[in-house]
Amino acid sequence: MTEIPGLSPGEERLRIGTTEAGMHTIPSVGPADPRSAPDSSGLAEESRGQLATVVWRFIHSPMAITGLAIFAFLAISSLLVGAFWHYSYTAITNTLNAPPSWSHPMGTNAIGGDLFAQVMHGTLQDIEIALTVAVVATSLGTLIGATAGFYRGKTDTLLMRFVDLILVIPVLAILIVLANKVSKESSDWFYLALIIGLVSWTYVARLVRADFLSLRERDFVEASRALGATNRRIIVRHMLPNAFGPIIVNATITVALSIVLESTLSFLGLGIQPPNVSLGLLVDQGQDSATTEWWLFVFPVIFLVILILSIFFIGDGLREALDPRKSRVRA
Amino acid sequence: MPEPDRSSGEIFSVENLTVTFKTGTGDVYAVRGIDFSLASHEVLGIVGESGSGKSVTAMATMGLLPRNAVITGSVRYEGRSILGLSEKELAPIRGAQIAMIFQDPMTSLNPVYTVGWQIAEAIRAHQDVSKEEATKKAVALLQTVGIPNAEARVSDYPHEFSGGMRQRVVIAIAMANDPTIILADEPTTALDVTVQAQVLSSLRTALEQTGAALLLITHDLGVIAGFADRVLVMYAGRPVEVGTAEDVFYRPAMPYTHGLLGSLPRLDSDERQPLRQIPGAPPSMTAEPVGCPFAPRCPLRADICETEEPPLRPVGLSGNGAGEAVGAASGHVAACHFADQVVGMPVASMFPATSVDQEEVAS
Repeated sequence: MTEIPGLSPGEERLRIGTTEAGMHTIPSVGPADPRSAPDSSGLAEESRGQLATVVWRFIHSPMAITGLAIFAFLAISSLLVGAFWHYSYTAITNTLNAPPSWSHPMGTNAIGGDLFAQVMHGTLQDIEIALTVAVVATSLGTLIGATAGFYRGKTDTLLMRFVDLILVIPVLAILIVLANKVSKESSDWFYLALIIGLVSWTYVARLVRADFLSLRERDFVEASRALGATNRRIIVRHMLPNAFGPIIVNATITVALSIVLESTLSFLGLGIQPPNVSLGLLVDQGQDSATTEWWLFVFPVIFLVILILSIFFIGDGLREALDPRKSRVRA
Repeated sequence: MPEPDRSSGEIFSVENLTVTFKTGTGDVYAVRGIDFSLASHEVLGIVGESGSGKSVTAMATMGLLPRNAVITGSVRYEGRSILGLSEKELAPIRGAQIAMIFQDPMTSLNPVYTVGWQIAEAIRAHQDVSKEEATKKAVALLQTVGIPNAEARVSDYPHEFSGGMRQRVVIAIAMANDPTIILADEPTTALDVTVQAQVLSSLRTALEQTGAALLLITHDLGVIAGFADRVLVMYAGRPVEVGTAEDVFYRPAMPYTHGLLGSLPRLDSDERQPLRQIPGAPPSMTAEPVGCPFAPRCPLRADICETEEPPLRPVGLSGNGAGEAVGAASGHVAACHFADQVVGMPVASMFPATSVDQEEVAS
């Protein structure tokens, strides 16, 4: 190989096109950043790592960043209120059915409980449940989906028919039966989260399976097999990272939907049991007096809606940020 | 581990390999019996047009074919049969002993990892080394294959490389574990002609550094000419001519090889020759052919060609033609009933020219 010393990148490129010697020159751009040159298509890849690119795109989306800010604000303030507010969510004061005031910003209920403390604790409780559900559903769904999509054949048929089975049983019916049984035996929110998680993994499984079916035909999977990678190594280290985008987006949606599901259950009296509170339970308790003691109904509903919307905004922002079709910008 | 004898001898042999794909519309006879062997340090080129079974042969030897492929015959690596081994038994051989280079570097690298990670991953799949050591070796490998500024480029993603650069990265991955054999499946086909030379020189460096033997699969005779010690020409799932590069290029004994060479533009001769074409198309592989599969396209076709498929026979034994004795001694074989007449026959008398302006060329 012949090197042409002492030429700036531009000149060297010119030379390559015109001289015989240039044909065998590696277009060395020297120590200057070789990545800054746009390729011949007139499009330039953004010269950052993929994670940095995704983060950059995420924080430059107003909707996503608003959603994240609201969610973070709710999570942090619910923690702070739980620790520092002068009423606990279980406290009973002798101010009954009081409208919002300075000492009770959201009023009190019929037995004198401080609604502000309860709403904030309910928010925290919902976030805890939702995150647990997301972890359970995503890991279970990914495991089953990846196995089915990678191995295909009988494994696939068996696992996917199992998914179908879970999908055709009305979720609410399973939840009512299971939650009723569990919540009578244990009032722990964790079991409720586990149950919701065990019925919401099916969508993740189908998504990951579909992704794996297409990924397994890609050349780099074949290439890593030809390099002696074992099945497990191929799945975990080569294919899974390529499916991260949809998995993460789906996980956010699972967070939002599990809050809806938990609220539904609690509203039906099958979810979180008093004295613990969740937003759904508060909405349920407040609905009877919605026309008279409006604050008991309105505040939990507002918080519930804001919480769910903020998570959807985050999910939407992630989906946009992870979209590979947006990875190229005009130079 | 005892160092295998790399000075001479067969390290890889394929005997009577057949591959049949069971499909919904019937069987496809992709490879119908191929024998070849590879000595250490040797470069064997397999040429043939699309669908002749070149890639399938390579995939079959590595156990990379889909489940509907029925494979018979034997594949031996250092005396051990590796055909039909389980994935688990094959994993330590793949990459470490026999490495593979794929056709399209645009898709054979994982888009979500840096090239350094991917080279290190190849090393760590077979060797118990730390991440740092593997990355250090990755930089060295990138330098070896001619990536400028390797220290910085090692942390770049595949999409930040050009096609030729990516193929060099693929070569670096293939040589990462010092394999004994490298299988290159059309390594330059997806690349620009100007880049091909660079990639081939990287491949040569890889061979020199690792001392590996190379099985080079391509349909580019130019690549083979500059690289291979021996050449195997495939047609319709079978070898039709095998010999040293010299024999096959200068004394082709099969009309198909003649046609292939005639269709290649020559820049090295002063004589202006119109390009030749082989009329027709390769046969469908959904039925086992009766007679010579090349017969429908062959200018020398005779009655025997329609009924009897010629086996590979040594060239030059019947004492007629330029290849006499030389061909026989060097193991030059061809599957043609008229092999000895074909040797030395001018290509112009066999195949039509691609263009009509012959007068212009002649004047």
